[in-house]
Amino acid sequence: MAVIGNKKYQERIETHFGKYPDKRSAVMPLLYIAQEEYGWVNDEAIQEVAQLCEMDATQVRSIAGFYTMYRERPKGKYWLHVCTDLACALEGGDELYEKLLHDLGLDHHNDTTGDEMFTVEHVMCLGACDRAPMLQCNFHFSDPENGEYRNLRTADGKIDSERVGKLLDYWRSKK
Amino acid sequence: MKHILLRELDTPNIHKLDVYVKNQGYEGLKKALSMKPAEVIEEVKASGLRGRGGAGFPTGVKWSFIPQSEPVKYVVVNADESETGTFKDRQIMENNPHQLVEGALICAYAIQAKAVYIYIRGEYWDVAEKLETAIQEAKKAGYEGDNIMGSGFSCPVYVHLGAGAYICGEESALLNSLEGKLGQPRVRPPFPAQKGGGLYGEPTVVNNVETLTNVPWIMVNGAAEYKKIGTEQSAGTKIFCVSGNVQKPGNYELPFGATFRELLYDYAGGPKEGRTFKALLPSGGSGPIVPLNDKTLDTKMSYEDTGAIGTIIGSASLIVMDDTVDITWVASKVTKFFSHESCGKCTPCREGTYWLDKVLDRIMAGNATEKDIERIDDVAKNMQGITLCALGEFAANPIIHTVKHFKADFLQHVNAQKPVKA
Repeated sequence: MAVIGNKKYQERIETHFGKYPDKRSAVMPLLYIAQEEYGWVNDEAIQEVAQLCEMDATQVRSIAGFYTMYRERPKGKYWLHVCTDLACALEGGDELYEKLLHDLGLDHHNDTTGDEMFTVEHVMCLGACDRAPMLQCNFHFSDPENGEYRNLRTADGKIDSERVGKLLDYWRSKK
Repeated sequence: MKHILLRELDTPNIHKLDVYVKNQGYEGLKKALSMKPAEVIEEVKASGLRGRGGAGFPTGVKWSFIPQSEPVKYVVVNADESETGTFKDRQIMENNPHQLVEGALICAYAIQAKAVYIYIRGEYWDVAEKLETAIQEAKKAGYEGDNIMGSGFSCPVYVHLGAGAYICGEESALLNSLEGKLGQPRVRPPFPAQKGGGLYGEPTVVNNVETLTNVPWIMVNGAAEYKKIGTEQSAGTKIFCVSGNVQKPGNYELPFGATFRELLYDYAGGPKEGRTFKALLPSGGSGPIVPLNDKTLDTKMSYEDTGAIGTIIGSASLIVMDDTVDITWVASKVTKFFSHESCGKCTPCREGTYWLDKVLDRIMAGNATEKDIERIDDVAKNMQGITLCALGEFAANPIIHTVKHFKADFLQHVNAQKPVKA
């Protein structure tokens, strides 16, 4: 019990509690911390956040279920979100999603690789429509080595297999 | 003309405090602090600034609704930019974050708020970090926090990350989310500005990022100067987000009153080679779609002019579709979005979007009859006007207006009786 309430996260938790007049308002930031610790929002995460925010565990679970950025089952080390909403789809969003699923041997229901390296989900608009097709990895639009994961297609409109492959290799190679 | 909002295009590194301060940064706040709060509200009212989140409500008027007799008031910045095709607030927060912080603090002073909360969508994790850095810089320099610039006025600015829910861009749902409750809309009245209706029940101003980012400029240059830009009823500049089938998608800041043609050809580079424009969603997935013909292209982009072609300027998130796009597929895509994002609180939206999605799947699969086209139009019209928030209203638009303008695209699916690829 109280894994996320321990020293490692204490300062961050206190900062969040310091922002609001009541503890309940910190439920969303604390769920993010719990997800960071456990990899997903599991039962322990729910119990601990409920205790810290002085809420009922059922209420915390309903919050976790309402928002898409809390994962309620195990996921891979690299959580890929592919935008397949209209603006991205006009420029290849659906094809990018299908390609990632295909290259990693996944499908819409079976979204995590056996080695727990990757989880691929399609998501609604990421607010980066000028860079379509767009994806995020662990909520980030970019990394220092690869830059932004933007315009992942070639001049003739096809998905850029080379760049997508390079990105997957990069994530695989990272410790 | 120099940019008012996307100032990094004129002044590199304006996201850094020293560069920002050298370029009139925090002078608007300084000026506001030297005035009476009510005078600041009057100045913003006189500028004609209207809310940039989509509804276009006069900003100064909104601020004036706050009852000054209440001891605790809040400012909440709506940075939950989630409308399909909208990415203007992201660019402001990434590249000109201090101007947002300054604008929010001017608003806080005008209504004498206790704190500012910036509710930013969870997907903007990177952007939130940049914003947080800017706030810490401002705090160190005495522009935020206790006794701002020695004025005696104190106000902290906090960043709160959402977690992936379009509905939290609706102001009352946003307030619920910030309070640690489910992000579902509230029954109004009371409205956020009233006691009992705002954050923690206290009177609250909820303003969009772009709206507040205009405010420092207005304070420095004056309402009269601001009103000179744009049109009669749409003062100032607007960031137009262009995405979809154009040569150069991106954010373009132009005065209100520029035409769609100017934006889509002179700035966005026109259609891709060998293609022609077909349709336009001027306000993301939620606004009425229009054919992208000469009449539309020659229409001025403003709150008062877009009504003539049966649409709205809203948040100015233009999604462009060319002649390769099947509008039935567009209706299906946008409906899937609203079906997914419906919060489930009220029946017409929850059930309506679900069934619209199902019937559209049937149409797309070539298993529908002409009767189904009438059916989705009927379902959509029955959702209008009876939902708690605007999402239900928005969700009807992609059906009603696609069927109205592009019925031939739908008929192609029911007549062919087999799937037609988009």
